[in-house]
Amino acid sequence: MSELTAKTIADLRDGIRSREFTARELAEAFNAAVAAAKTLNAYTVETPEDALAAAEAADSGKSTGPLAGIPLGIKDLFATKGVDTTAGSRILKDFRPPYESTVVANLRKAGAGMLGKLNMDEFAMGSSNETSAYGPVISPWRRKGSNVGLTPGGSSGGSAAAVAAGIAPGATGTDTGGSIRQPAAFAGICGIKPTYGRCSRWGIVSFASSLDQAGPMARTVRDCAILLEAMCGFDPKDSTSLDEPVPQWEANLSSDLKVKRVGIPKEYRIDGVPSEINALWDRGIEWLKDAGATPVEISLPHTKYALPTYYIIAPAEASSNLARYDGVRYGLRVTGDDGLNGMYSATRAEGFGAEVKRRVMIGTYVLSAGFYDAYFTKAQKVRALIKQDFRKAFEQCDVILTPTAPSAAFGIGEKTDPLAMYLNDVFAVPASLAGLPAMGVPGGLDDQGLPLGLHLIGNELDEQTVFNAGLAIEERAGFTARPEKWW
Amino acid sequence: MPVSTEQVRHIAKLARIAMSDEEIERLAPELNNILGWVEQLGEVDTEGVEPLTAVIDQKLRLREDAVTEGNIRDEILANAPEAQHGFFAVPKVIE
Repeated sequence: MSELTAKTIADLRDGIRSREFTARELAEAFNAAVAAAKTLNAYTVETPEDALAAAEAADSGKSTGPLAGIPLGIKDLFATKGVDTTAGSRILKDFRPPYESTVVANLRKAGAGMLGKLNMDEFAMGSSNETSAYGPVISPWRRKGSNVGLTPGGSSGGSAAAVAAGIAPGATGTDTGGSIRQPAAFAGICGIKPTYGRCSRWGIVSFASSLDQAGPMARTVRDCAILLEAMCGFDPKDSTSLDEPVPQWEANLSSDLKVKRVGIPKEYRIDGVPSEINALWDRGIEWLKDAGATPVEISLPHTKYALPTYYIIAPAEASSNLARYDGVRYGLRVTGDDGLNGMYSATRAEGFGAEVKRRVMIGTYVLSAGFYDAYFTKAQKVRALIKQDFRKAFEQCDVILTPTAPSAAFGIGEKTDPLAMYLNDVFAVPASLAGLPAMGVPGGLDDQGLPLGLHLIGNELDEQTVFNAGLAIEERAGFTARPEKWW
Repeated sequence: MPVSTEQVRHIAKLARIAMSDEEIERLAPELNNILGWVEQLGEVDTEGVEPLTAVIDQKLRLREDAVTEGNIRDEILANAPEAQHGFFAVPKVIE
C-alpha cells in the first residue's frame, strides 16, 4: 500500500482540497494498485481513464463536490453507462447500459470517479463470492501461518476485498439480506445498509425488490457517512424511494452516547457461534457503556424465523425479477430447438449458474398455484411479525448491538451445502426484512488473525444513531489491522 | 410434503430453464431440503396478522403521464442479441 492508498476518504478529500497532493497523483496511485492486484480477482472491469477524468476535473477546479477527485470501486450490480454491467452473470455478458444508475450518477455529481466494476456473487445471490461467473474473489486476509485462499464474503465480496486491500478507498455495495455487512465483517471494514428507500434502486440490477438497498463500504465510519450522504436522495424513478431530505450524517457524527439505550437481543445468543464472537459482543457492550450508553436486554421473539422467511420472500421476488432474462433484449441468447420457448429455456439454462437456478426454482415453486398462500403469504405474515418485534424493541432502546456474522471468513470451497451457506446471514437478515438501517463495524481479530465484526441496527431513518454508535465502537476497538500484502 | 422429480420438472418448465434428467434428480433433494427447512414457519401463529406489503410505510405516487426519456430506440437495441428493422428479433412464433 502506498502512502496515498492507505488514507481514508476523509483524509484524501482534505488533502486534495489543501493541495497536499493532486487528485491525479491519487488516481494514479489507485490505478496502479488495482492493476497490480489481479490475483485477488476483485475487479471485473478496470476503468483507469474514468478515475483520471474525475481527477482532472477536481484538479482544474471544475468539480468541487464533496467527493471531488475521489476514485471509487462500483459493484457490478450498478448500471454504469457504456461500461459492462453483468451482475456477475453469464446471462448479462457484454451488457453495456445506455444509462447510469441513480446512485452512481449521484456519486459522479459529488465529483467521484470510477476505478472499475467489482466482482460479486451472481445476481447478489451468495455469501462467499463463489457463485460469480468470473470466479471467486480471493480475500486479502489469510489465516496466521496459512496460505489457504479465503472468501471475502458476499455478495459484495469484490467491494470488501478491494477496500481491505487498499485498491479502492471506498466502494458501493448492495444488501438484500446481509450482502454489505457480512463481507464488511469478513474483510475488517465498515459497511452500512441505510433505511429501505434511502438509496434509489433505479439502475441497480434487481434481486429482491422489497429488500434490495445500496450502501457504502469503506475503512471508517466517517468515510461511510461521507459516501452515504452522496449516494442517497429522493428519486422519482424508483417507486419506493423515500421523499426525505438527506441528513448531514458526517457533520453530526458524535461518539457521545449519553442518554442512548443499547438493546441487546437475547435471541441472538445462538448455539454453535464461536465463543470469540460472543466475547467480542460483550466487549462491544462495554465499549458502548463507556461511551455513555445504557444497555438494556430486549426480545425479538421471531428472530429464528427470519432466515426461513427470507428464503421464501427473496427467491419469490427473484424468480419474478429474473424473468426478464429471456435472450430477447440484452445479454446472452442461446437458440434452442423448440422455437421461442426453446430459446428462453436454453438461454436461461446456459446463462444462470447453479445457485441462481436453485433460487429461481424455489421462488417459482412458492409462487405457483396451490402453494402461494402456504409459503408466500405465510412468509409475508411472519415478516409483519418480525417488523413488529423491532417496533416494540425500539420503544425500549435507540440502537441494537449484535455480532455481524456467526463466523470469521471461511476458505474458498469449504462450504458446499446451500443451507449451511444461508446461515451466514442469520444476524443480518432480520434488519433487512424490517427495512432498518444497519451497519457492520470491525471489532477485533480472532485467534487465527481474521477480522470479526459488530453489527448495529437502528430505527427507521435513524442512520445517525447507527453511525454514532459505530464511531464509539471504532474509537474504542482501535482496529488498525490490515492484511499483509501477499498478492 | 416432499417435492417429486415430476414436480421439479414442472417447475423448471414454468421457470423456463432447460434441465437434464440428471440435473432434476440432483435438484429434487436440494429443493426438498430447503423447503423442509422453511416449513418451520408453520409453527408461527399468524392468525389475524395482515401480510406485510410495504416495509417502510409510504404511499405509491402517481406521476405525470408524460414521456421523460424517449427517442433512444437505437441505444436500447444496441444490446439486443438480434435486432432487425428497429425491432427485437425472435425465432418465428407463427406457423
